[in-house]
Amino acid sequence: MADTTVYAHESVAEADAHAPSAHIEHDTNTGISNTKLAMWLFLASECLLFGGLITTYILYRTPLEGPTPHEIFDIPFTSTSSFVLLMSSLTMVLAVSAIERGDHQRLRVWIGATAALGATFIAGQVYEFTVFYREGLGFTTSRFSSAFYTLTGFHGVHVSIGILMLMSMLFLSLRGKLPEHRSETVEVVGLYWHFVDVVWIVIFAVVYLVPA
Amino acid sequence: MALTEARPLALPSGDEGNDYKPAGVFTRPTASTGWRSWVTTVDHKKIGIMYGATALVFLMIGGFEAILIRLQLWSPRGTLLSADLYNQVYTMHGTTMVFLVVMPIGAAFANYLMPLQIGARDVAFPRINALSYWVYAFGGIFLNTAWLMGGGADGGWFNYAPNNGVIFSPSHGIDFWNLGLIITGIASLAGAVNLIVTVLNMRAPGMTLMKMPVFTWMTLVTQFLLLFAIPVLTSAQVLLMMDRLFHANFFNVAKGANPLLWEHLFWIFGHPEVYLMILPAFGLVSEMLPVFSRKPIFGYPFIVFSGIAIGFMGWGVWAHHMFVSGIGPISVTTFSLTTMFIAVPTGVKILNWTATMWGGKLKFTSPMLFSIGLVTMFTIGGLSGVTHSVAPADSQQTDTYYIVAHFHYVLFGGAFFGFVGAFYFYWPKVFGYMLNETLGKSNFWLMLLGFNLTFAPMHILGLQGMSRRVYTYDAGYGFELWNKVATVGAFILASSVFLFVFNIFYSWRKSKSLPPVGADPWDARTIEWMTPSPVPAYNYDPIPTITRVDDFWYRKYGETKDGKLVRIAETEDVVQKRSDGKHIHLPSPSYWPIVLAFGMPIVAYGLIFSLWLCLIGGLIMGAAIFGWVMEPPDDPDAAHADHGPDDHVSDDGTAGELTEGEPSAEADADADATKEAETVG
Repeated sequence: MADTTVYAHESVAEADAHAPSAHIEHDTNTGISNTKLAMWLFLASECLLFGGLITTYILYRTPLEGPTPHEIFDIPFTSTSSFVLLMSSLTMVLAVSAIERGDHQRLRVWIGATAALGATFIAGQVYEFTVFYREGLGFTTSRFSSAFYTLTGFHGVHVSIGILMLMSMLFLSLRGKLPEHRSETVEVVGLYWHFVDVVWIVIFAVVYLVPA
Repeated sequence: MALTEARPLALPSGDEGNDYKPAGVFTRPTASTGWRSWVTTVDHKKIGIMYGATALVFLMIGGFEAILIRLQLWSPRGTLLSADLYNQVYTMHGTTMVFLVVMPIGAAFANYLMPLQIGARDVAFPRINALSYWVYAFGGIFLNTAWLMGGGADGGWFNYAPNNGVIFSPSHGIDFWNLGLIITGIASLAGAVNLIVTVLNMRAPGMTLMKMPVFTWMTLVTQFLLLFAIPVLTSAQVLLMMDRLFHANFFNVAKGANPLLWEHLFWIFGHPEVYLMILPAFGLVSEMLPVFSRKPIFGYPFIVFSGIAIGFMGWGVWAHHMFVSGIGPISVTTFSLTTMFIAVPTGVKILNWTATMWGGKLKFTSPMLFSIGLVTMFTIGGLSGVTHSVAPADSQQTDTYYIVAHFHYVLFGGAFFGFVGAFYFYWPKVFGYMLNETLGKSNFWLMLLGFNLTFAPMHILGLQGMSRRVYTYDAGYGFELWNKVATVGAFILASSVFLFVFNIFYSWRKSKSLPPVGADPWDARTIEWMTPSPVPAYNYDPIPTITRVDDFWYRKYGETKDGKLVRIAETEDVVQKRSDGKHIHLPSPSYWPIVLAFGMPIVAYGLIFSLWLCLIGGLIMGAAIFGWVMEPPDDPDAAHADHGPDDHVSDDGTAGELTEGEPSAEADADADATKEAETVG
């Protein structure tokens, strides 16, 4: 393990010595790199996707049968897991800042922390779904249950994809394939991660906090 | 490096000396000719051609379905199709024509032309571009395999709830429709992101936004519409998928669901959709009319901003599709007004095209005829569209053939005429030979005749009260004559399409004995005509610097004080010569886009038939993503290892000093690969 790390540092240093500086930004019309602009556009599109699902949830949040949101939600629990998810945005920022300073050790620590916090959130969601199911809220129980599971599940899938991306970056960093001048890769994944967090703020407010 | 220099083009290589170890059976593809070069290509021009060819195949399928509809309606109580089969045929006709023909032909032109018009080497993400095409192709095939597996979708191209539920449509047709369009939606979305980034980031030196050709502008607007419209459809289709496959309650009225939700979501997508089908054709006509009028486009900023205005206003009119759904008088009034307003920017365009021709030296070539065809036919369709904004009238017209007449006038008479004209116009640029003009003109007149015979009578039929989507009609309502006329028209229309296909082969045979067409056969205006025909893989060498709109024209012509046109340079002296392109580094081909795309329909089959197939499809996709990430987007061994696909030759020329830095090149390229792949994720 120690060997790998040393090798990684050497390889990164060597890569940087030969890398042209500001390679990414220097030749686009807008000054924003292609990858970052693409991620912004993709996220703009995602807003509409979540918009459709959130609208559907608002339309259907009062069930005609089965448990109501008021009966079933455990606000303190979900608040805690939301806090965990939001804190992962902080560690994500620290990871970006670490790689921009060239601190690869801290980069790995913060990326790992971000992924772990995200995974904690997902574990909380799995636990929550299980409890709700036991209390009689199946996917097909009511219009509310279908809308609730689809919206929050869809968000959960987004978080999981984010975790996979973070793990891939951690893997690349350990292999020495994430040098400083590629710090934008971390930043772009960070954009996605922050977006998923922001969407959760909206979902948490609309689903859990606003009374039906 | 010596090896690289010896190659005819700086195209990719898969040399043994390459340090990149492919993850699996796929080595880096190298072919630049033959079928392998098409399957693995990331060249925007080849992808554009494949989009066009695939769309033409689907046009044949959708056209065949149209002929079946017209044959069924030839006489009262027709017996060719059963009611059930008729439902499937018109649903698949609409779906095929909208999603697999008109949108992809727009994508074909956007892919081929837009990078050329902005002076770029390729799009921003060449592999994602290839992915878009393959996802579209496999999605389209998946959608049509429904015919072999229990029948096509049968709820109309909009598949209203609750009619789209399992209770009312128990076959798998709507599942195929639903999943197929989710797949093609992924293609459109990836394409939209890619093309917007290309337009915004990769323009040639000097080409500011307001110096871009009109088609590029319309592509930009279209792709923004796609970017925001497709996810709304996808969210609706996810809900429908949950309902049909996992028994959710989104459209289950028994559990208190509101079927109007589907209508709203569908038309919030559906109305921007109609504009994103017509705007590429508007852009193409705005390229063709000035060339054959020998005048600049009248009011360039107005053409551009009216296009943008249509893009914005297209989001505020969706409920005019729903006037009879009981949305209430305030909504109806609001959407009546917005619908009347959206006629204004469209009218601006019509005015500008007419004014472009006014006083010009008109040359009635086939592209010009089709362009004028678009302007006139679209005006008719636009005017009948304005009548729909009058809610009381619309309530009478809803679900009659009047609506069918209207949208065929805008989509066939508008979009498709523009596309066929542009095929004639750009054919020499793309394939290096002209399509026969005599056949082209007969093609136009035959198509115009067939088109009007088919769809003009439908106005009358609709006003007489003939319902659309009903498989037959009774004698004695006065429907017989006009239905017969429409059916005859449909056959004339079909023969005009076959004449076009015949023209392609005929002209190709003849072209061998004719001199090559040269770079600029039409004396055109925009910079794509500076490139040699057919366009070499590297597009431009060197990248031109742009000083004004219609830059190429003003390299050829100047004006005297009193506004007379004078030639200042011979065309041969201004166009670019075909170079060996050795010093230009292009993105390398890849197997992974097609493999990744191939996994998607397998997952979709799995969702319908057996979740085990999902696992297989998922594994294929996972492996493809892994291979994609691990494969450098540019072969590090090919020419300048340091350069990305978006680099221009006008770089500071530091590439040389990096040649011995093997580890750097590898690390760079790997990081690049991740960067790009994560955008997909």
